[in-house]
Order: sequence, then C-alpha cells, then structure tokens
Amino acid sequence: MRKDYNLEKRKFVIGGFIVAIVLIYIVRLVQLQVLDSSYKAHADNNAFMEKVIYPSRGLIYDRNGKLVVYNTPEYDLMMIPKDVTPFDTVDFCNTLQISRSEFDQRWQEMRKGRNYSAFTQQVFMHHLTPEDYGRLQEKLYRFPGFFVVQRILRQYSYPVAANVLGDIREVNSKDIENDEYYRPGDYTGDLGIEKSYETWLRGIKGKEILIRDATGKIKGRYNDGADDVSPVAGNNLKLSIDIELQAYGELLMQGKVGAIVCIEPKTGEILALVSSPSYDPALLMGKERGKNYRDLVNNRLKPLYDRSYMAAYPPGSTFKPTQGLIFLQEGIISTSTQFPCRHGYINAGLRVGCHGHGSPISLKPALQTSCNAYFCWGFKYMMDKRSKYGSTGKAFEVWKNHMVSMGYGYKLGIDMPGESRGFIPNTAFYDKIYGEGKWSGQTIISDAIGQGEILATPLQIANLSATIANRGYYITPHVVKNIEGIGVLKKNIERHDTDIDKQYYNHIVEGMRMAVLGGTCTRANIPGLDVCGKTGTAQNPHGRDHSVFMGFAPMNDPKIAVCVYVENAGFGAAFGVPIGALMIQRYLRGDSPGLQAQGRAMASRHTIAVPKVKKTTTSGTQADKHKKQPSKPVSSDGSEE
Amino acid sequence: MEVRNEDENTNLLGSVDWFTIILYLIMVVAGAVSIYAATYDYDKASMFDLSEYSGKQFMWAAMAFLIGFSLLLIDRRIYEAYAYPIYGFMILLLIITIFVAPDIKGSRSWLVFGPVSLQPAEFTKAATALALAKLFSTYGFTLNGWRNYAIAIAIIVLPILCIILEKETGSALVYTALIFVLYREGMSGFVLFAALMAVVYFVVVLKFAAATFMGIPLGMVIAFILVMTLIVGMLLVYCRSWILGRNVLLGYLAAGALAGGLTLAGVHVNGYAFFLPVIFLSLLYLLWGMLHDDLRKVLITVCFAASSVLFMFMVDIAFNKVLEPHQQKRIMVTLGIADDPRGAGYNVNQSKIAIGSGGIMGKGFLNGTQTKLKYVPEQHTDFIYCTIGEEKGFVGSVAVLLLYLALILRIITLAERNHSTFARVYAYCVASYLIFHLTINIGMVIGLCPVIGIPLPFFSYGGSSLWGFTILLFILLRIDADRHSYGSW
Repeated sequence: MRKDYNLEKRKFVIGGFIVAIVLIYIVRLVQLQVLDSSYKAHADNNAFMEKVIYPSRGLIYDRNGKLVVYNTPEYDLMMIPKDVTPFDTVDFCNTLQISRSEFDQRWQEMRKGRNYSAFTQQVFMHHLTPEDYGRLQEKLYRFPGFFVVQRILRQYSYPVAANVLGDIREVNSKDIENDEYYRPGDYTGDLGIEKSYETWLRGIKGKEILIRDATGKIKGRYNDGADDVSPVAGNNLKLSIDIELQAYGELLMQGKVGAIVCIEPKTGEILALVSSPSYDPALLMGKERGKNYRDLVNNRLKPLYDRSYMAAYPPGSTFKPTQGLIFLQEGIISTSTQFPCRHGYINAGLRVGCHGHGSPISLKPALQTSCNAYFCWGFKYMMDKRSKYGSTGKAFEVWKNHMVSMGYGYKLGIDMPGESRGFIPNTAFYDKIYGEGKWSGQTIISDAIGQGEILATPLQIANLSATIANRGYYITPHVVKNIEGIGVLKKNIERHDTDIDKQYYNHIVEGMRMAVLGGTCTRANIPGLDVCGKTGTAQNPHGRDHSVFMGFAPMNDPKIAVCVYVENAGFGAAFGVPIGALMIQRYLRGDSPGLQAQGRAMASRHTIAVPKVKKTTTSGTQADKHKKQPSKPVSSDGSEE
Repeated sequence: MEVRNEDENTNLLGSVDWFTIILYLIMVVAGAVSIYAATYDYDKASMFDLSEYSGKQFMWAAMAFLIGFSLLLIDRRIYEAYAYPIYGFMILLLIITIFVAPDIKGSRSWLVFGPVSLQPAEFTKAATALALAKLFSTYGFTLNGWRNYAIAIAIIVLPILCIILEKETGSALVYTALIFVLYREGMSGFVLFAALMAVVYFVVVLKFAAATFMGIPLGMVIAFILVMTLIVGMLLVYCRSWILGRNVLLGYLAAGALAGGLTLAGVHVNGYAFFLPVIFLSLLYLLWGMLHDDLRKVLITVCFAASSVLFMFMVDIAFNKVLEPHQQKRIMVTLGIADDPRGAGYNVNQSKIAIGSGGIMGKGFLNGTQTKLKYVPEQHTDFIYCTIGEEKGFVGSVAVLLLYLALILRIITLAERNHSTFARVYAYCVASYLIFHLTINIGMVIGLCPVIGIPLPFFSYGGSSLWGFTILLFILLRIDADRHSYGSW
C-alpha cells in the first residue's frame, strides 16, 4: 500500500497534542509543588495532631510557708464532632451520670458556642471528678470522637483571702485573641493574683505530636516523640500575706462592710488585705463555679468588689497627718504655731464643727484630739499665701504635688488587678467648677480634713501609715513576696521618698502617739506595743459616718502599719480603733485565747443586717481541709445551708 | 517473504522493540513500589507480602510478564485473522457482564471467578483496536463515504454503549480517544478542530455563567465573540478570502461601535438582541458572497459558525436541565466555579495537598503523610499519582510524565515505521488510549480535569488494568517485531 505522506504528517499533530498536555501538566506541577508552599502546611495540619499537655499551675504559700492554694486533678471530656459516630447515648449518660436532657442541652450549648467547629476539639463537659473519669475510661472506646484531657482543679487550704487569691476561669475569645498562649478550653486567672501573676502561675504547655489518619484515628507518636515538648510547671508564689492574720481580719470584719489593710512598713509587704463581705474561694472552682459566680455578682453587698484597694472613700481625719506634714514643709506652721478652735473653724460665715478641747491649739495636740479647726486654718493660710505662691491656684498645685508624693491620687501599683487611684483634685479641676481665680482656700476648706472631693483607698491610707512609720518613704505595697525560681519582682521593692523632710515626720509620729495615749484612739493603747494612731470619722452621702483607723506599731521600730475602714459604723473609735488594735496584737503577739475571744466578740458586732452565713461546700474532703477555719465567710446568697 | 519457524525466536529477540519493553518494566515496577507506599501502614508487612496490595500487584505483574511473553510468541497473522471474532467475543462478554456482574459501588463491570475479579472492559480495548486495525487494513478500505465511516464508528461506539450500561462511564469515555486514529487515517482535521472548539465553548460558557454582561451570561458573550473571531479567522486563513474577511470584520467593528455608543448614551443593549442578528446578518452576507468565492469552504465556515452558536445554547440547556445536580457540582468544582473541599472537591483537594506538599524533592519513600494516613481516597488505584507527587516531589512527578511521553511518542514512531495499515492503526489505537488515560487521570489528580474514575496505566493497582494494557502493548510489540516480514505489498 502506498504511503500517504500527507496523512503521515498528522503524527505531528497527535504527538504535538500529547507534548502540549505534558507541558501544561508540568507547569501545573511547578505551580503546585514549587511555587505554592501552603500545601505543605495543609498536609501537616491533616496528619499531625498536637496534643497539649497542661502544666501544673504554680502553688501558693503564705509568708510563713503555709500552703494556701494547691492542685488536684480533674478531667475535661473533649470531642471532635466530625469524628463522632453514632453511639449508645443511654450508656454514655449513665457512665457520666447525667440525664438525657442534660446531654441534649450540653450538645446544644456546645454547638452554639462561639468557637464551635466540627473539625476542632470541643469541650463537651468540664470538671469530671477522678471517679467519673475512672468509670468513663473503661468505656471510652465505645464513644469514638470523645477523649479526656487532664486539667487541674484549684484547692484552697483556708476558706479566706478569696479576694487576694482570685480564681481561674475558662478563657473567652478575647483572651484567645490577645494572647496566643491560649486555646479554647484553657483556663486563665480571673481575679486577684491568679490574674496578676497568670504568666508565672500558668507555666509552659507541653505538647505531644501524634499522627492522625483520615478517619481521625491516632496512629502513633510522630518521630517516636522526639519532637514532643514536656510541660514546664508554673512558678510557685510566696505571699507576703500572713494567712492567719488574714483569717483573723476576716473574722473581725464579719457583719461589717469595709476593709483592713496591714503592711510591713520596711518592705511594703501586705500582711493582710481584708475586704468584707468576703467569700470562700472554693466557691469559684469546679462544677458550681458558674452559678456561684452569678450569685456573687448579683449580691447587693458586692463581695467580689475588693474594698481594700478598689474602693475610694473619703479618708476623713486620717488625712490630717498629711496636712500637718505639708504645712510644716511649706513653713505655714511650726510645731509651736497655734490656731483657735471655738468648737470649730468659724470664718466669714463658714463653720466647720469640732468637738470640745482646749483652744488655741498647736499641731501635736491637734492631731491628738483630731481638731478640725487647726487643719482648716493651716489650709486656709497656705492657700491664701499669695506672697509665697502668687495665687490660690498655684498654692493648690504645690499642695497637690505633696499629696501625690505621699501616694495619693494615683495608683500605688499593688500587684493586683483593678486598683483604684482614689482622687486628689488639681487646680484645673476647681477652675472648671468655680471659674479661674474665683475660689480660695475657704471655698475648698473641706479638703483639709479629708472630706470634700478627696477620695482614697484603704490601701492608700495604710500606705500613709507605713510612710509615717518609715519617716518619709514607702515601698510599693504588694501581696506576693517572691516567685519561686524568679525571685523578687523589681517593682515590688521600689522605694518612693516623699518630698517632706524626715524631721517633720517625727512631730506627726509624736502627735499620733499622743492620740493613742490620751486622745481619740486610747482603745489602741496596748502596753508594750507603743501604738501610734489616728482615727477618722468620714462623712459620706450614703448614710452614717464611716469608721476609720490608721496606725502603726511599735512607734520606734514599726513592724506593722494598718488601716481599718468600716462603712457606716460611726466614730473611728467605735470600730476602726478596736479592730486595728486587735490586728496589731494578733500580728505582734501571735495567737492567744484572749484574742480569739475578743475576735469573736467583735465578729458578733454587726453594722449591717447580714444574715447568718453558710459554710461552703464542695465536698467532704474539702471541708476537712478547712479544719483551721477561723472565720465564717459571707456566702454568696446569704442563706444558711 | 517467508519466515522459517526455527528462526522465529532469534529473529524476535532481535526485532522486538526493547526500548518500549524497558519503559514498560520501569513503569510496572515503579507502580508496584508506589502502591506499597500508598498502602503502607506502620505495622504492615513487607512489600512482597501477598496479603498486601503491593504484593498482589507484584503477582499481577509477574503474570502480566508471562502473558506479555506468551503474546510475543503468537504470530501476527493470528491477530489479523481472528480480529473480528475476538472483538465479537469481547462484545458478547461485555453484554453478559451487564447481567451477571454483582453490583460493586454502583457499577456492574466485574466478573468474579472465585478470589479473582476481572473487568472485561479493560480487555475490550485491545479487541476494539484489533477490529479497527482489521477494518482499515481490509483491501481497498479508505475512510471515505458515509458507509465506511459508519462501520468504523460503529466498532468504536459498540463497546462504549455496553460499558455505559455497565455504569462505568469513565472507562467508556476512553474509546472516544480513538478519534485520533480516525484523524490519522484520513478523517478531516476539521472534526478534530470542532471537537476541540466544543470543549472550549463548553468550558467558557459554564465557567463564566455566573457573571452577566449586556444582560446575558458573560460566558455567552465571550462565546459569541469567539464565534465572530472564528468566522473572520476562517475567512482569512482557511478560505483565503481577504475581501470577505475584511468586510465581515469591518461589519462587526461597526456593530460593536454602535452597541458601545448606545450603551454610553444610556440605552440598554441586550446581548442576545445584539449578537444573534449581527452573526445572522454576517452569515447571510457570506451565503451571498459564496457566489463569488470558493463555494465549499465558505459554506463550511457558515455551517461551523451556525453550529457553534447552536452548540453554545445546547451546552447551556444541557448543563442546567439535563445533568444531575451532583454531576453539575463535579463539573463546576473542576472548572473552579464552585469550591467544595469537603464535598465533591474532597478527593481533588486532598490530592492537590498531597502533591503540593511534596515540594521539589518530595518527602521521601514511605514518608508521605497524606497518602499513608489515607487522606486521599482511592490512593492506590485512580489517585496513585498522588503518592508519587508527595514522596518523590516535583522531580518524581515530572519523571513519570516524561516516561509516559517517551512511551507514547515511541508508539507513534513504531506506528509510522510499520508499512502495514493494520500495524499502524493498531499502534495508534494504543497511543490514543494512553493519551486519554494519561490526560484524564493525571489531569484529575492535579485538579485540571473532572474526576473521571480511570486508572493510570501500569501504575494503578489492579490486575485487569495492568493485564489489559500489557496485552495491548505486547500485541503491538509482536506486530511491530514482524514489520519486516509484512512490508508493503
């Protein structure tokens, strides 16, 4: 047969076709394998499952080495929805001891969750006890897609200091956004030092890299575990808090609303930070946390609100030592300067009342008797001293700067979340209210006696006490003494010197000592302890005066500075002084039957109608750990169990 | 020329195409090794264990070598003489299969003999090739006249129909590749061109169906413009009629300018109301122009343009009215219109991840995670190329492509060096099958073609496929080995 050369050329078309196809495919392979690197990540995502191993959270000890917070294991039941195949729900519910409707509800809630995805692990149930876990583990193979992650449950040795310790909660989407450490289902500190020391307490997560096939089955460890990372436990914390003093403080504050702050002046270490009403920290852990948290939030006395450093109160007469210091420093007065007091400060139609004592009066007796008139006159002379300052506005700025140097008006920087800065007004503030140049010392005379616009936290008042005890400086107050393995944080040993000369402090100390020996706080006169003190009776728009006490002891080698603030309890001498005196004794002299009896007596003196209190309640073992239970905490709902 | 029997074997060893055999052996061994990698599990046994896919594939391969060797011993005259009976027998087997085969994943294409299952459709490829070769080599047969075309097309369509009835659409489509054989043997290149254009229209119309332009789907607008370009192009290149081409082009440009002006003036111009009359008028003009020019070529141009427009509408209607939703989805996913990594696109998405994650050098033998952990379905059969892409990387993937290219080009060379029509047609049949399988299978795995379940010859797991292609290839090798005995006469 003759070859048709015309048709033979068609081999080039057919050959060309397959050459073109192969070229196109090679270009595609270049695109897939050489240019686009995202497929590698996709494949790794498919094949490798990182199993997180949670580190143990740091333990918390008190200043004397007593274990305050520790961990016990609990378990979270997790699931990957896409891997779940139909299973025996009755068996499942029985094993977990939940009802069918609870099961359905959990399923619904999980599906509605913000971070829900059928392809990632979801928390089906938190807080399985070791017993639950034991029952479940045997049957887990029957429920494909479910697995258990071990977590930690915080346990508390003492039912006190809830406000200091804080609690832990599950992270929300904001936490996850802000800190890439967190994954859905993780826990984070919520309040107190659990929150402020979160980064040390939480430790470093470990991971195990597992190989997972398309059906979700785990086929083993990647690289025989060579790339696994062991978790690093969180750092333990040593508190500056004396847990027994704290417990005693909470006992004293029962039935009252307010705060006690005790500071070791030399170190700024907070020995007790009591806020009342308080609650058992165990309320905010485990299964019942959600409900208990809601109850605490809704409680009208706001137990979650730490009055010791979040609440800003008028400091009342505890403010007077600062005024004496400023007047001395500014040369407005000398120790011998006398001002008249005719049952008060009476000038140009204005009267600030005072109680009966001799007149005229000098600085130390004025502190001893808490004379309003003396400090009003001093304040008026300082504000009106144009010869020195030029104007009231400028004089007030000088005054304000002294106040700031003594730790008022700004946050002190306590290592706790949510500190209030109190309030010290400045010139611009009054210019705005009264008009520039249209106000004088007389206009704002209440500032002189810690009323008016002045607000301070009990922590700031205690810090003032510590500053006076130190004769002119304070260390940033803090509740954590040191972090195991890290040491002392630099900000916790920062020394702040006030801009008042040391010599003037001695006069104030003498005045405060006189107040204890024969003035407003004679009930704090404990033989041998040389207590110095200053009462306060703070007027406030919310009813009865607040009862305030500020003091330190011993006079010449101060070991403890204290502030007691009891809302709506009348004169400072009524509640503030006795509570302060008991705290000082308890700390300096240690426990004694007499103090316990006096403590119980104080605990029974209520300023508000607080119903009797339930003991909290987790489990039997939990209650046993509360053997040393020195106080009955105010519960969330106030009802008796 | 006569060949003495005693010389046959020596002659055979000398004249058989060893290049092809070596390519074949490389592919089969590489295939079985890839299957071992694709099905490898941590606690599994050796590559040659008969309980493993790779072990079985080596067994299939050993038997395939035996079959291949046996086929080399059969005189080519036997193939020529029994081409029709073999074809008839295979068609009969296909028909029987429809009725006796068990339902396996919806398809009735497997004949079960105890532990062994075979797919007759794989062996029909060789039978059809033989029948086609026999037909074309019939004395005096040329691809002319409707009767001869009808016989040739019938030989191709018969197995297609049977296999469609077995619900193995993918395997049935393979036979459409024989259009290359018809083309080589004299069918107008125009048909091939039309087939190509049909694919282009299909893709364009569907790919741009969602967007609208001038009030009609954008895909239709592009297709209309394509048709108009084609008309002008054919007038200039094919009909070589410069005047007609110029006039039609100027007419289109004028119409386009008019439409543009109207749109700017704020008048809404409907696409159908614009393109259909313009194209219709241009075709009318061409019919009149025929009187002055080459009648046949212009008429073909007109017919081609008219059927193009018709085809566009048919695609649109067929896709939306005839195809099942899951078929629509599969096509849309392939064309990149719809994205569905967990549904219709799951296989392809995972297979792209497997190949893409291989990088340039690959993850190394048995280190592929995508395939080893079974993320890619059918990884040892239709998606075997994934394993190569993942573990051997770009280098290995390209090497496989080049192996195939070498094999196909070699077969075309064998076809053309044979002086007998029987050998040439048969060889082109083999080349066409391979072209189709390669294009569709690898195109599917790298996400360029729709998912059509056909194996990668010599690589994919399965005895039927391996044996079917071995038979195809070794019959060719024997026929080729005898090329000097059967010269042109």
